[in-house]
Amino acid sequence: MNKPALNLSPPVSDRIEKTTCYMCACRCGIDVHIRDGKLRYIEGNRDHPVNRGVLCAKGSAGIMQHLSPSRLRKPLLRVGERGKGAFREIEWEEAMALAVSWLKPVRESDPRKLAFFTGRDQSQALTSWFAQQYGTPNFAAHGGFCSVNMAAGGISTIGGAFWEFGAPDWERTRLFMLFGVAEDHDSNPLKIGISKLKARGAKVIGVNPVRTGYNAIADEWVGITPGTDGLFILALVHELLRTGRVDLDYLLRYSNAGWLLIDAPGTAEHGLIARDREGKPLVGLRGSGIIVSHDRAGRKATLKGAYRLPDGRRAVPVFERLVETYLDPKYAPEAVAEETGVPATTIRRIAAELARVAFEEEIVLERPWTDMKGERHPRMIGRPVSFHAMRGISAHSNGFQTCRALHLLQVLLGSVDCPGGFRFEPPYPKPMAAHPRPHGDARPGQPLAGPPLGFPLGPEDLLLEADGVTPQRIDKAYSWEAPLAAHGLMHMVISNAAAGDPYPVDVLFLYMANMSWNSSMNSRGVMEMLEAKREDGEYVIPKIIYSDAYASEMVAYADLVLPDTTYLERHDCISLLDRPISEPDAIADSIRWPVFEPDRDVRGFQSVLLDLGARLGLPGFVDENGAPAYRDYADYITRHERRPGVGPLAGFRGADGTKSGRGEPNPDQIRRYIENGGFWMAHVPEEAQFFKHANRAYQDWAVEMGVTDAPTPVTFELYSEPLRRFQLAAEGHGERQPPDHLRASIRAAFTPLPCWYPPFEGESLAEVGGKEAFPFHAITQRPMAMYHSWGSQNAWLRQIHGTNPLYVPAPVCDELGLEDGDWIWVISHHGRIKVQMARMAAVNSRTLWTWNAIGKRKGAWNLAPDAPEATRGFLLNHLIHELLPPKGDGLRWANSDPVTGQAAWYDLRVRIEKAEAGDEAEPRFPPQERPAGLPEPPREIRYGQEWSE
Amino acid sequence: MTSLPGPTPKKLGLVIDLDICVGCHACVVSCKEWNTGGYGAALSDQDPYGAAPSGSWNNRVHSFEIEPDPAASRRQGGAYGDARIVHFPKSCLHCEDAPCVPVCPTGASYKRAEDGIVLVNEDICIGCGLCAWACPYGAREMDAAEGVMKKCTLCVDRIYNENIPEVDRVPACVRSCPTNARHFGDLADPDSEVSRMVAERGGIDLMPEQETKPVNKYLPPRPRRDRDDTSMLNLAALADPVPTGFLGWLDNALERLG
Amino acid sequence: MHPAGSIIIFTTLSGMGLGLMALMGLGAIPAGGGAALAGAALVFLLTGAGLVSSLFHLGHPERAWRALSQWRSSWLSREGVLSVLALAVFGLHAGAMVFLDLNLWPLGFLAALLATATVYATAMIYGSLRSVPTWNDPLTPVVYLAFAAAGGTLAAALIARLFALPGAVLELLAVVLLVAAWTAKALWWKQAPARGFGGSTPESATGLGGIGRVRLFEAPHTSPNYLLKEMVFVVGRRHVRKLRTIAVILGAAVPLALVLLSLAFGGVWPLLVVAVASHVAGVLAERWLFFAEAKHTVALYYGHGEAHGRRVAG
Ligand SMILES: Nc1nc2c(c(=O)[nH]1)N[C@H]1C(S)=C(S)[C@@H](COP(=O)(O)OP(=O)(O)OC[C@H]3O[C@@H](n4cnc5c(=O)[nH]c(N)nc54)[C@H](O)[C@@H]3O)O[C@H]1N2
Ligand SMILES: Nc1nc2c(c(=O)[nH]1)N[C@H]1C(S)=C(S)[C@@H](COP(=O)(O)OP(=O)(O)OC[C@H]3O[C@@H](n4cnc5c(=O)[nH]c(N)nc54)[C@H](O)[C@@H]3O)O[C@H]1N2
Ligand code: SF4
Ligand code: SF4
Ligand code: SF4
Ligand code: SF4
Ligand code: SF4
Ligand SMILES: [Mo]
Repeated sequence: MNKPALNLSPPVSDRIEKTTCYMCACRCGIDVHIRDGKLRYIEGNRDHPVNRGVLCAKGSAGIMQHLSPSRLRKPLLRVGERGKGAFREIEWEEAMALAVSWLKPVRESDPRKLAFFTGRDQSQALTSWFAQQYGTPNFAAHGGFCSVNMAAGGISTIGGAFWEFGAPDWERTRLFMLFGVAEDHDSNPLKIGISKLKARGAKVIGVNPVRTGYNAIADEWVGITPGTDGLFILALVHELLRTGRVDLDYLLRYSNAGWLLIDAPGTAEHGLIARDREGKPLVGLRGSGIIVSHDRAGRKATLKGAYRLPDGRRAVPVFERLVETYLDPKYAPEAVAEETGVPATTIRRIAAELARVAFEEEIVLERPWTDMKGERHPRMIGRPVSFHAMRGISAHSNGFQTCRALHLLQVLLGSVDCPGGFRFEPPYPKPMAAHPRPHGDARPGQPLAGPPLGFPLGPEDLLLEADGVTPQRIDKAYSWEAPLAAHGLMHMVISNAAAGDPYPVDVLFLYMANMSWNSSMNSRGVMEMLEAKREDGEYVIPKIIYSDAYASEMVAYADLVLPDTTYLERHDCISLLDRPISEPDAIADSIRWPVFEPDRDVRGFQSVLLDLGARLGLPGFVDENGAPAYRDYADYITRHERRPGVGPLAGFRGADGTKSGRGEPNPDQIRRYIENGGFWMAHVPEEAQFFKHANRAYQDWAVEMGVTDAPTPVTFELYSEPLRRFQLAAEGHGERQPPDHLRASIRAAFTPLPCWYPPFEGESLAEVGGKEAFPFHAITQRPMAMYHSWGSQNAWLRQIHGTNPLYVPAPVCDELGLEDGDWIWVISHHGRIKVQMARMAAVNSRTLWTWNAIGKRKGAWNLAPDAPEATRGFLLNHLIHELLPPKGDGLRWANSDPVTGQAAWYDLRVRIEKAEAGDEAEPRFPPQERPAGLPEPPREIRYGQEWSE
Repeated sequence: MTSLPGPTPKKLGLVIDLDICVGCHACVVSCKEWNTGGYGAALSDQDPYGAAPSGSWNNRVHSFEIEPDPAASRRQGGAYGDARIVHFPKSCLHCEDAPCVPVCPTGASYKRAEDGIVLVNEDICIGCGLCAWACPYGAREMDAAEGVMKKCTLCVDRIYNENIPEVDRVPACVRSCPTNARHFGDLADPDSEVSRMVAERGGIDLMPEQETKPVNKYLPPRPRRDRDDTSMLNLAALADPVPTGFLGWLDNALERLG
Repeated sequence: MHPAGSIIIFTTLSGMGLGLMALMGLGAIPAGGGAALAGAALVFLLTGAGLVSSLFHLGHPERAWRALSQWRSSWLSREGVLSVLALAVFGLHAGAMVFLDLNLWPLGFLAALLATATVYATAMIYGSLRSVPTWNDPLTPVVYLAFAAAGGTLAAALIARLFALPGAVLELLAVVLLVAAWTAKALWWKQAPARGFGGSTPESATGLGGIGRVRLFEAPHTSPNYLLKEMVFVVGRRHVRKLRTIAVILGAAVPLALVLLSLAFGGVWPLLVVAVASHVAGVLAERWLFFAEAKHTVALYYGHGEAHGRRVAG
């Protein structure tokens, strides 16, 4: 017999440590199995609210990230020219002293000259506080190029957003529509949720030009033409209104549908909301013509008709405006079919399905609750239709309004935070007005008066110089070019700084963002800007400090590199003050902690930032004696208080760790988190679980939890008064006036009711041959098994995604005679790239696409210069410019949403030409050097061989 | 002996639901991660940071594009052609009539009589590769560093492992799959959850013509629900599909609200 | 299938060696004298070199002895057992021939039988694989046996002529066997590669045929893997045609012409040396194609079973 005696119960690990994954920003809980002091295995934490035990490909590949030969080992000081990658290793003390010597004079003279921008870190509460205390308004994280349209569109409409701040009611939804999502931040929760829907037989509709991933398994796929979702959604709205399938009761209770709008054309108040003396919105009472404040009318408010305000001006309810707007024949299914690529019959049927499920499959939960007006409701009524969307609709120049349109649709159907609908996750909902305003007005040696980022409610909140036009910020966020730029415009920082527009900077301080490569538009141009020198030989951007954990493309452009640890080697906190991990039924936050001690001379960036703040003597970073206020990040997490009793972590507060949400700092807090599996969670009381925007029990509970200091109910703003205020300015009213060249676009884009206009890039090609010269859309998708640029150093993941073809629709292949593997030129108004193509039939016939961020610069990430990522992988970014093609008016317009400044990645238009066969993609760049101290990567890996029996 | 054991009392295997697999590769990497430090030699990787990285994997996910009528979808330009993508994970199917077992000259390749799991005894495997040739599905890979045959073990070192909690005694790929597309169980037991799933959903064998009698089953994608069924095309329009009609309706509707 | 040099050399050389063994067992070369010694030496050289070469194919050659254990089910094991037995029996037989000038006929017949069985077992390693329909053909063992016989006869004729023994019969037999082997091969070429995937398709491989035509969209990994390298060898059609011609010229035409010439001139051993060498080269080419042209069903999962749009990883 050759059947060996098998040990069926081999030991797995010596111990299991529970922490939080950071192979992407989803923040799943992980069980790290450790054997002989080494990483044996990572699996999902079954108790964790985010992933409930499952783990994605990236998460499982954590071993290879933890051991990557690309990990930085010691602080680095540039020795060659920028971009070359030549460094020498220095000690931390020297690195910190150098950073201080760069940052201190800037703070004392003109703190704006520090531009501090971060990628998808999870410590924005700290980094933003650093910027505020330093005194520079030039701070933001990646949201501006990522999905600020989604955040701003949601918060301005319903007081919350999709992103990872809310979720469909996976247990009850019966019809789910997913717009423009390939993977998303909430990637494991989405998969778990969709799987539940499919198991229950609920219908999933995917709206996406490409039918892969979630769209491949959707019951129905709508292969929409990029940039036209707004039109499609408004056609659904048209159909629902035309047929009277809207939830009037819901609209009256929770939205501003009944609020009266001042109808006084030509005046500075036209289109603003009529208010009483206390500033409360007014509504008309049904049947009587009497006007009262909205909170007194209740459901007796009217939704139509014309009213006379006490001052004699005419006023009409929001809803009447809305109906007039969307019943316009231009939103009829037939009228939009051509533009959207969705047949009119399909639009009609989907509208009918939405209405049927929302109203005929109504769910009733026998769960009494009380609303903010004190009315007791015996039950909760649910409309089991839900929606989710991400960058497919937001990464367009019309994305903000498209997001608003989608929220409008939800509210009309009565499906926001009801059983079966989209549900808020604490700390949301939170109305736009309850968020802070942005703060500018930098003064030498002084902190800012408040946080740099926030939501402006009108032109008066913009960050402009005294002339009312010049932006205060380097990225021109909160200027007339991007008034609602709630996340800043990270994609404009380098080009503006290089152009000295509005002013040059002295120090560019970046953290965890590969800005010379995949997170920039026009990557080659950005590389040149970083290399550009002034006449005196100094770099145009004189000093660049960068914190990365790996030898990325951006490292080669830094003057000083502060090496970070990997995610298993440091403290982190996933805070309610930043990007929470809550669930609709639970408030939650979590930590990372050093499961391993670094074997290199690296330091957690947050600790370094606290150290830097202390050395600079920033208020809050030092105590009254000028000594560092916090030992390190762990100490800060434990002891820092934003408001009395409210700190980075909400769990195990109070001296004995028994308090939740609010309570004195608990010195033992981190240990309690570790014991609890790395996270903390408190359930939302049953009565508070739905209608949170208007639910007394929820609002009180949120105050108790320290989410807010007073109840902040939300009225859904179908009609946005703040937008109207900007529009009024563009019409010539008010003191702060936009420059003339922006008036028309502000008027067009800031409609207070959601609108649709064609994406800018397609409309601005006149000078370069018109739309016909660039007949195709080109977009990217997130590969589920790869995270932006940082997955390519991973020995396992790079076998899965080592190159990326450009997928070309089958009819286009047939027309041009293209076959898999052919090389083609892809040409935009800005540039051309040569890449390999592959055929695809399950795609919108005018859309080309590829996986995002697979292409690498030669030599980066400690990969061989002939690595496939560098020879055949490619970026679409070389084709995308941060500015639109010149229009002939002497001005270059930003390739961004005019409301929020969101980068319009997916507006890209291209044509393709068959190219001569080749073996390397173009453009090509000279290889960057392996940073000093990094090892030659191994030729073979046999991970775990020592444990093989 | 390398000969097959004949019908086994248990037929442990996987049921993979193609209707919900999103092609995320979670099962691929968690399999590699578990097994590289587990049963037998490590799953090695060659040229891991170079020009042609490759390695041993017990489980891989393919994606297929399926065109019901290729000519039609070409005509219609894809978007409303019916072409679709199906993600397709594949590991050893633990065949009842596993051709990979009898071909093995050393007896290293064997099928367990008690539960039907097909394994390689790496201590006596000579790395001749014949079993991989014999497998029609491509479920065996030679490890380039160790020179022995690697394949899915059905996580035999997990499913009976008393050192891990009972809930976790399932294959690593099943445990990690975020969409719950992978199910593990006894396909010899008609009442097991997996058997019931196979019966309800019409689970299928891959390449039945090879007569390998795979234990693993695949649940085919459910039919799509995207037809423009005319009966539900049109919502009953209001009296008059213009704003005035709508506003007229509104009065009545609001009255009904009370 | 990937044409592995070691296996190609092994089957070619050991085929010839075993063929010669069989012929010697049947008394093609008389006992005693240099011819028997040379013949026996050649048998051991050819089969030995083949076996050694085959070890290079193994991940663990030091464990090769284990391959003798599974003769009840495995053709590879049977091949090993049979070849060992054949060599042992032939060793006795050859010893008797060389040292005792004795032709122990029963031993000879047994060696011949074992040699034949060994070649058959070798062929059946391939011929029994349903996963490689190209090989899974009754002609496969016929071809292997015929080539072994033809090669063995050629070698025997060479030895006979070298030692000035009567060789005409062997030469004639070689001609017949060469014609037979290549006829069998021609038939094989006509039908075996045409078996394609033996009725398996991307649709049956995925079970998705009910929905429509199945085409690989994305290979599991963008980088190459063992399966692709080993089982999804793609050889161009023009390449195949060229190599087939070369195989036939070197393996059939040249040896035939030379043997006939030798026959015509009453036995010219140098011609036969060239004939044997050319034959070996021809069979090497034939064996290379035997692998290169063989299609494994795993290719269906890698985009090689379709009319259009194939995708090769790597
Ligand atoms: N064409 C195209 N371009 C795009 C997009 C697109 O869809 N299409 N998407 C855009 C979007 S939404 C985003 S968010 C950006 C993302 O682009 P980036 O923000 O550049 O993201 P990454 O490539 O992940 O790289 C971030 C950097 O963080 C480093 N890093 C990783 N882990 C750590 C750590 O623990 N500590 C530190 N200090 N550094 C670390 C990595 O090494 C890497 O250099 O790309 C944008 N660019
Ligand atoms: N595995 C993995 N997960 C990630 C990331 C990663 O790199 N890898 N990145 C993280 C980051 S930073 C972000 S911002 C999120 C983004 O998560 P997603 O929003 O899912 O990101 P994208 O891949 O940009 O997806 C955009 C989707 O929209 C589609 N699309 C493009 N244009 C349109 C359009 O006009 N209309 C519609 N309806 N669809 C359109 C594209 O085909 C694509 O499927 O993912 C996060 N999660
Ligand atoms: S989705 Fe994957 S990579 Fe992201 S946190 Fe979760 S397990 Fe980690
Ligand atoms: S799938 Fe292949 S390796 Fe697995 S049992 Fe069947 S034939 Fe053997
Ligand atoms: S490779 Fe190993 S398991 Fe496979 S047939 Fe050869 S000896 Fe048996
Ligand atoms: S059962 Fe185990 S070995 Fe098999 S594919 Fe799943 S994880 Fe891999
Ligand atoms: S983990 Fe699940 S969903 Fe992901 S590829 Fe594997 S089977 Fe499919
Ligand atoms: Mo992002």
